[in-house]
Amino acid sequence: MSDAQAATALDANQLQIVQAELACGKARPGPLLEVLLAIQQRLGFVPPAAVPVIADGLNLSRAEVHGVLTFYHYFREQPAGRHVVQLCRAEACQAMGANNLAQHAKRQLGADFHATSPDGLVTLEAVYCLGNCALAPAMLVDGELHGRVTAQRFDAVIKELTGRS
Amino acid sequence: MTVRLYLPRDAAARSMGADRVARAIDETVHARKLDLQLVRTGSRGLLWLEPLLEVETPRGRVGYGPVTIESVASLLTDVVLKGGAHPLCIGLIEQHPYLASQQRLTFARVGVIDPLSLQQYQTHGGYQGLQQALRLSPADIVQAVTDSGLRGRGGAAFPTGVKWKTVLDQIATPKYITCNADEGDSGTFADRMLMEGDPLCLIEGMTIAAIAVGATQGYIYVRIEYPDAIRTLREAISIARAAGFLGPNIQGSGKTFELEVRCGAGAYICGEETSMLESLEGKRGEVRVRPPLPAVEGLFGKPTVVNNVISLASVPVILARGAAHYRDYGLGRSRGTLPFQLAGNIRHGGLVERAFGLTLRELLYDYGGGSASGRPIRAVQVGGPLGAYFPESLFDTVVDYEAFAGVGGMLGHGGIVAFDDTVDLAQMARYALEFCAIESCGKCTPCRIGSTRGTEVIDRIMRNENREQNLVLLQDLCETMLQGSLCGLGGMTPIPVQSALQHFPEDFMRTRS
Repeated sequence: MSDAQAATALDANQLQIVQAELACGKARPGPLLEVLLAIQQRLGFVPPAAVPVIADGLNLSRAEVHGVLTFYHYFREQPAGRHVVQLCRAEACQAMGANNLAQHAKRQLGADFHATSPDGLVTLEAVYCLGNCALAPAMLVDGELHGRVTAQRFDAVIKELTGRS
Repeated sequence: MTVRLYLPRDAAARSMGADRVARAIDETVHARKLDLQLVRTGSRGLLWLEPLLEVETPRGRVGYGPVTIESVASLLTDVVLKGGAHPLCIGLIEQHPYLASQQRLTFARVGVIDPLSLQQYQTHGGYQGLQQALRLSPADIVQAVTDSGLRGRGGAAFPTGVKWKTVLDQIATPKYITCNADEGDSGTFADRMLMEGDPLCLIEGMTIAAIAVGATQGYIYVRIEYPDAIRTLREAISIARAAGFLGPNIQGSGKTFELEVRCGAGAYICGEETSMLESLEGKRGEVRVRPPLPAVEGLFGKPTVVNNVISLASVPVILARGAAHYRDYGLGRSRGTLPFQLAGNIRHGGLVERAFGLTLRELLYDYGGGSASGRPIRAVQVGGPLGAYFPESLFDTVVDYEAFAGVGGMLGHGGIVAFDDTVDLAQMARYALEFCAIESCGKCTPCRIGSTRGTEVIDRIMRNENREQNLVLLQDLCETMLQGSLCGLGGMTPIPVQSALQHFPEDFMRTRS
């Protein structure tokens, strides 16, 4: 696939956003991670077809861009569900029942970690520490932190989310 | 007269509903036409009481917590607004035993001031350290930090002054100050609390570091899991810049220092300093081989200071009050204070800043109040996911760097995670290796492969497949990782595994299906 073909796989809006972020990041030292973060922030994911465009824009090889994109857990190459629930499974949360909470969450959503519920509404992610270890178990829902999450509290938060959608 | 109320905007307080409480207060103030001012602060660190509301009175601030939206109506009464009785009242906050016995040097302003008020920051001693630094020569600033005995609070405990001296002595320019705020250890949140509760203190510390070593550009590398900290720091940087505390010609001194926040993208390994530098350069967070040290060839190949948030945030008070003042806290080679973080299954979880020298037991029971579940505390993990699991028989260990190393552990970043007697240490050992497998950067074989093989070996031990041989194999694998890994991730993952084997062997002898 040539660069031009890959670029056409991005729709006009996506291409515009990728190019805007490249223009804005280009002048800064070591911009690749910043550019990828900005693209994911705006598109919700980094389309694989953006890789050659980014490589070209920053004078890097595709392998370098792909390498960074796949190294960091935060990046996704597919769109997430409408809401993203990040459940902490690190030690402090485990000490307060995070493993049981994770099982409950997977059952309720019908999705494993790194997967989306069948209705496409909620993507479940595992994270390792949210810095709320004194109020464990913790989760981040669309960027908002929750503490002392019980199964009931989890259900209430999800109900509020999906009820609104 | 306007009554002033204080409520944290810290992420932990918000995770327990602080924003909803703030909205309820606003609505009640409007409905009842009350003469109130609500100030959002950092958190005091008494996290089990969050959201903790404080009412200013002539006697001092009186605390009420944990506040719910339902309790707001009953709190906004004449009695409470004078600091009077209420079922949620905990009395004068500064006399609360959890806080009164602490020695808050680095966290002196956290929970007290509006983190984005430059005026409150300066009223409470802010920027006195920088003013002092501007009167000293670079070598004298470095000497003051060396004399204070400050050691890297990120976990490695390397003397901060020695690191700065190395960078000062380099001829190459530009030089960089980088702050490692990739606080990924479970059980730690001191960096987050400081960045959200007193961001100007970190900025001041970095500015002093820049003047000391001759750096002109700084980066704060914050993990993406801390959205509140990222937002607060960015606002604080623009406030400091607008007031001439950052940028060209800082306070008329002719010195230049620019500062920028850079975000991580969910990789634990980027808390390792060379991996963080790779990430700051926009690359995969793979560990670099040392030498050269970052102090000689760091970011973009230039001399670079890499310090943890708490190390840098301790610098202003050292400059403002003198090296001796800081050094007089602590004992032996562990000088000053450490913000301990009580986490996991603990009744009174939170932040305790104390001089080195108290015991784990004091932290767990006098401050922590025992387990949250009410069951006996069976194990604690100190120093994050690469720290040792300690049994009750070691709870009288004195908390300092050397004493912990003496019992096969490490103090790390001061995080203490408590587990009650339902914990399965074989599972926790397995998790340590699983975590290493997920987070390994992949550069060296012992870490990349050893971690995965390790989980398989523990699975066999738990299923009682050739248990004795597999226990020998596990020890052997731990030795290989310990000796052969490039950095602390592979090199220290064996610590939780071996400590679990040593102190809780019975958990490895139980057969699971």
